[in-house]
Amino acid sequence: MKNLKSLSKYARTNIYSYGMVIVAFVVVTIAQSMGMINNFLGGLLVPVCVYVVMALSLNLVVGVSGELSLGHAGFMSVGAFSGIVAAAMVRDSISSDPLKLLIAIVIGGIFAGIVGFLVGIPVLRLRGDYLAIVTLAFGEIIKNIINYIYVGVDANGLHVCTGTADNLNMENGRIVLQGPQGAVGVQKIATFGAGIVLVLVTLFVVINLIHSRSGRAITAIRDNRIAAESVGISVTKYKLTAFVTSAVLAGMAGALYAMNYSSIAAKKFDFNTSILILVFVVLGGMGNIPGTILATVVLYLVPELLRSFADYRMLIYAIVLIVVMLAKNSQKVKMLKDTILEKIFKKTKPTEVGDNV
Amino acid sequence: MSKMVPLPSKSIVPERDLDKAPILETHHLGIDFGGLTAVDDLTLAVGRTEICGLIGPNGAGKTTVFNLLTNVYQPTRGTIMLDGKITTGKSTAHINRMGIARTFQNIRLFSNMSVIDNVKVGLHNSTKESLFASLTHTFGYRGAEKKATERALELLDFFHMADLAKHEAGSLPYGAQRRLEIVRALATNPSIVLLDEPAAGMNPSETAELMENIRKIRDSFQIAIMLIEHDMNLVMNICEGICVLDHGKVIAKGTPDEIKQNPTVIEAYLGKKEAE
Repeated sequence: MKNLKSLSKYARTNIYSYGMVIVAFVVVTIAQSMGMINNFLGGLLVPVCVYVVMALSLNLVVGVSGELSLGHAGFMSVGAFSGIVAAAMVRDSISSDPLKLLIAIVIGGIFAGIVGFLVGIPVLRLRGDYLAIVTLAFGEIIKNIINYIYVGVDANGLHVCTGTADNLNMENGRIVLQGPQGAVGVQKIATFGAGIVLVLVTLFVVINLIHSRSGRAITAIRDNRIAAESVGISVTKYKLTAFVTSAVLAGMAGALYAMNYSSIAAKKFDFNTSILILVFVVLGGMGNIPGTILATVVLYLVPELLRSFADYRMLIYAIVLIVVMLAKNSQKVKMLKDTILEKIFKKTKPTEVGDNV
Repeated sequence: MSKMVPLPSKSIVPERDLDKAPILETHHLGIDFGGLTAVDDLTLAVGRTEICGLIGPNGAGKTTVFNLLTNVYQPTRGTIMLDGKITTGKSTAHINRMGIARTFQNIRLFSNMSVIDNVKVGLHNSTKESLFASLTHTFGYRGAEKKATERALELLDFFHMADLAKHEAGSLPYGAQRRLEIVRALATNPSIVLLDEPAAGMNPSETAELMENIRKIRDSFQIAIMLIEHDMNLVMNICEGICVLDHGKVIAKGTPDEIKQNPTVIEAYLGKKEAE
């Protein structure tokens, strides 16, 4: 009989990651139907999914491709606001909420991807610290640009201007984006179901990419750039592939996130958000997909659930971060984890696991 | 030791008659680092299925020559031609696609990846798998992966490493890491392989096996091999042509026997060995 250890890394990552998400979905749905989830907790469901997608996509850049990016929230921002504008444009012509949400997410992903491509071309020629600094600057620039833009929709279509809302020249239109105030009057159409679907899509893309020809090239460049070049791999092309894929996913997450609130400002997607996501990735494990999901869920929920502790909230959060960091590097915890996982999987589904070899 | 397949006589010496055009040629190749001339006026030619050696004392500029040939350094002067096409100015990756593969003096494996994945990275440009196929694992993904896996195992098997396929490359013993680097280089389907000190750190029996392997590679793949090596036994035994560098300049070219007799070489390099 084969146990979990004998499985390929690919199969194990798949089982853990998809399993975790599906179990979470089932548990939450059951809890919801039993009325066990209050409004406060219910409001956290979509953001948790969004942050899981953000962390998974950042892991593609930081963990798999080995480049430190500090501007991931910038792509989230691009996706959020282009998604909002797209949703506002189809607001009257399309009645189905899921379809509107889908359009917003797709447009958000496309725009973030384009921006990712444009930023990536010059930036990925830089290495290490320089890349971190430039991506950091990019995040701030995006924030400031959006703070300066006014967008409105009326019967004639889209109006965009800078400075003040008066420059829009609209007739009976609706203002969508109001400079520093951000997006206003957004339809709250994001659902937990959509969040789970987006997480699954992200998992599909990220795991597939890692275990493919392109993924091998990306990992090879991370492990040894000079050797990768010597076997004919174009470094810029594959770094860009990872970077743009990551930007697209972040943009989609951003659009979903925006659709969860009636108003949202660009300052939400600042440096702190980028760092928060980076913390999830680092503590979840570079290139470790199930670890990233787990770390994101725990580390996002802890400070939210600690709100009743008011002043001590961030103190406890800091302690949690340190404990996670220590536990992650501890051999004892690792052994404990292996034994637990082995026991669970041996007892419950040895045959299915065996089939996956 | 296996009997060598008789091959047409080839030499790195351009003045000699080569029955076919050489695979690799350099003309007056040179590079300066600031005021230091690391390699100067290097002119040589390597036959299509020749095993040739690049030797010289430490710091003579041997590895620099390899770095010039693969454009890790851009030459200050001179040209490099592979199969009649100029490679000077092309990127390292492009030069590999044109047909030059190499190994490194200080092993550069993708140490966190499995042995077979290292070889599959080498097969990158012969694997036909689009980015879309990579992302969705459909549309030819399975076929391409299967082919790459089969080819990788075939290559590993050639060096009796197929049973190590799933091990992490960084965890392999030293000798196996060196062999894996050669397999990875061969996976790129080159017309010439540059081996940078392939026998470094090996014991005599491993070196003997390596010599066997180098001949085997040439005979089976019908490619040229250029190697840098300090092990004179290896060089004199398997190289058909030898080029001796000292202080970035060629001081002698010729067959092993000619090099052994050459007084300049003995003075610069082999003299130390004989004094032992």
